[in-house]
Amino acid sequence: MTKIVDTAADAVANISDGSTVLMGGFGDAGQPMELIEALLESGAKDLTVVNNNAGQADAGLALLIKERRVNKIICSFPRQSDSWHFDEAYRAGEIELELVPQGNLAERLRAAGAGIGAFFTPTGYGTRLAEGKEVREINGRNYVLEYPIHGDVALIKAFQADEKGNLVYRKTARNFGPVMATAAKQTIVQVEEILPTGSLDPENIVTPSIYTDVMVPIETQSTELAARERAQGAK
Amino acid sequence: MLRSEKVDRNTLAQFVADDIEAGSFVNLGIGQPTLVSNYLTEEHDVTLHTENGMLGMGRAAEEAEVDVDLINAGKVPVTETPGAAFFHQADSFAIMRGGHLDVCVLGAFQVSATGDLANWHTGAEDAIPAVGGAMDLAIGAKRVFVMMNLFTRDGDIKLVSEATYPLTGVGCVSRVYTDHGIFELSDSGTVEVLALFGLSFEELTSKSDIEFVDATSK
Repeated sequence: MTKIVDTAADAVANISDGSTVLMGGFGDAGQPMELIEALLESGAKDLTVVNNNAGQADAGLALLIKERRVNKIICSFPRQSDSWHFDEAYRAGEIELELVPQGNLAERLRAAGAGIGAFFTPTGYGTRLAEGKEVREINGRNYVLEYPIHGDVALIKAFQADEKGNLVYRKTARNFGPVMATAAKQTIVQVEEILPTGSLDPENIVTPSIYTDVMVPIETQSTELAARERAQGAK
Repeated sequence: MLRSEKVDRNTLAQFVADDIEAGSFVNLGIGQPTLVSNYLTEEHDVTLHTENGMLGMGRAAEEAEVDVDLINAGKVPVTETPGAAFFHQADSFAIMRGGHLDVCVLGAFQVSATGDLANWHTGAEDAIPAVGGAMDLAIGAKRVFVMMNLFTRDGDIKLVSEATYPLTGVGCVSRVYTDHGIFELSDSGTVEVLALFGLSFEELTSKSDIEFVDATSK
């Protein structure tokens, strides 16, 4: 059963200290900013965070890192022009970094959701990111053994849901949402709009409701942009 | 092909575009490779992939078109073309890793004669490492093209017998486009010189112990 709550604070209320939190988003696109801010407010600490990046500017994940609430981050691209809070924590030795090639990050999450114990991938073979890992030659090509990344909680942003918890996303904001939704014990979704059950075309559902545990309706710029697009299409 | 002067980045982007077959699915890396899109015409009928989850990526968005939910791998707002498709990260990297892309164009710090690529880390131990999709891109496409300057600012050649920078991928680069020439690589380590710009074959061979074969008259 998917629970619908009124506020982002209610949605993240039971995230405990020490949790592994999967956070959707590639840069700002698809980043569940309101859920992350609520997590900051909640005071949860000693977190392990999985995200493609390590926070931008003075918002969301960057503030969690600034407040030293994140012990470890698993990501592919922490260093950005505006990742100053991560940079400072990292240089001070106050955050552990596990650097993962982006495709391995996605596939390790997918593997967690799909019940795969581990998998061999060609990505990273012969590089320092594969040092110490098991390597196998299969049909003349070299592969590296990689393990799944399981989350206690996933925080993701979707575009539309029905009351049952089926989800669709918007454009490249989809990114990590669908795989993270499968990889966590509890998936918490901020969604622009919750429609009556039956309103979404079953052929077009991206995340089926079985993966959705908690939803909170929050309108962001995505709603305005979709309205602008519809108006342009109607011209 | 021989030219007496070295070529600029735009001319080089044109050369890369000329070598991409019509109807190809292509991923253009961040930086210099992005210039290639300026020279892909309708006749090319190329479909661009961006690893954050889209096929059919269009040009950069103009101010009135900017949509925060529609960005490329460099987080730059872009447009979508008719027939575009969106998909999640695991699917996007399956497109890459599964060998479905025809061509990927990347930048590089160094490329070895056997096609080892170094483009994600300078090796400076105090640098904060960041890899993104570089390692997946390096090993995924059917053909991997590199665009770079042939020499560093200090005059060291970047096409080397063995890379000294940390590797991104092993034996993955097929062709290298530089301001001073175009090079076809092979598993054997023999490098075919397809073009030279403002550099003679003798000058080239004097700067490197790679085994070059002169194919500039082909």
